[in-house]
Amino acid sequence: MPPLLKKDPLINMSRVIKSLALGALLLIGSGSVSAYTLEEFQFDSPEQQTEFRELIAKLRCLVCQNESLAGSQAELAQDLRNEVYRMMRAGQSQDEILDFLVERYGDFVLYDPPLKPSTYLLWFGPFVLIGIAGFVVVRTILAKKRAADEPISASEQERLKALLDNSPDSPSSSSRST
Amino acid sequence: MSKSVRFLIPLIIFGALVILLVIGLGKDPSKVPSPLIGKSVPAFSLPELTNPGRSVGDEDLKGQISLVNVWASWCVSCRQEHQALMALSKETDFQIVGLNWKDDAQDALAVLRMSGNPYAMNGYDPDNKVGLHWGVYGAPETFVVDQHGVIRYKHIGPIDRKIWEETLQPLVAQLKAEGA
Repeated sequence: MPPLLKKDPLINMSRVIKSLALGALLLIGSGSVSAYTLEEFQFDSPEQQTEFRELIAKLRCLVCQNESLAGSQAELAQDLRNEVYRMMRAGQSQDEILDFLVERYGDFVLYDPPLKPSTYLLWFGPFVLIGIAGFVVVRTILAKKRAADEPISASEQERLKALLDNSPDSPSSSSRST
Repeated sequence: MSKSVRFLIPLIIFGALVILLVIGLGKDPSKVPSPLIGKSVPAFSLPELTNPGRSVGDEDLKGQISLVNVWASWCVSCRQEHQALMALSKETDFQIVGLNWKDDAQDALAVLRMSGNPYAMNGYDPDNKVGLHWGVYGAPETFVVDQHGVIRYKHIGPIDRKIWEETLQPLVAQLKAEGA
């Protein structure tokens, strides 16, 4: 049985319906909607806001794994956005915040996998493959060239002469008919 | 290299790719490995669900083996594993500690009244304050914590008989032997 929030369609449906209902109520009551937006995060400067948006775009929402924290409507994503916001307001650097989340959720929380021995294959594998392919292509071309340039040997020359002399038909028609 | 062997190379590479693909398909990408395995539980203190005057904290996870079970009343899979937890709560080798996650206390208490309470104690974490430090990203999740308060294993998803017998029970037995 799928255990997680996002994979539980029943829960999700009832939550969606609930939040839609809540959204409708809020809309009637106060004119706001219940979807999460980034507008609620207030910053002192536009630079800080840009930094915040860059940072949450680098982070993955663990519930809906193909969405970044910046784009996800999952509740967990909102929790993490709040935490990132809180830490930024407390003056922590981007690296400190990323480290904090990696310590708890693992490298998977980062969209770009970090460069370390277990990910060397991931990062360098494609270049290694291109290198191997290039090597094979160059070697094949060089080998073809060399073969074309090589004159036929004396014994081959003799065999060729014998074949041409003994053939009753023209060489081209005989080679085609056989 | 002889001609026949060279002819086989693409086939071997293709075979290797197929094997990689099959292994990849067999894995569940929603199960993210926890970086907390082998580390001490994060320091925390939460009100106890059934008795808000009391608190539940990391000190409560030392001295005996604990299964820390993340659950919520809104989580269907948690109800599914509830019976398994009830059965496990009769065992004495370990305590089951609940982390009531992103839940409403009244709803959570109603579940415990209705289906029984397998938990020795329950930390009440409605705002994901502690769950965040444990790297919780869904419910149910279960952490196995040893006598020294070190997280030894994390199971994502409901516990059933198979998981208990094949994975958790051997681990608890091993931890017990280590501690003895």
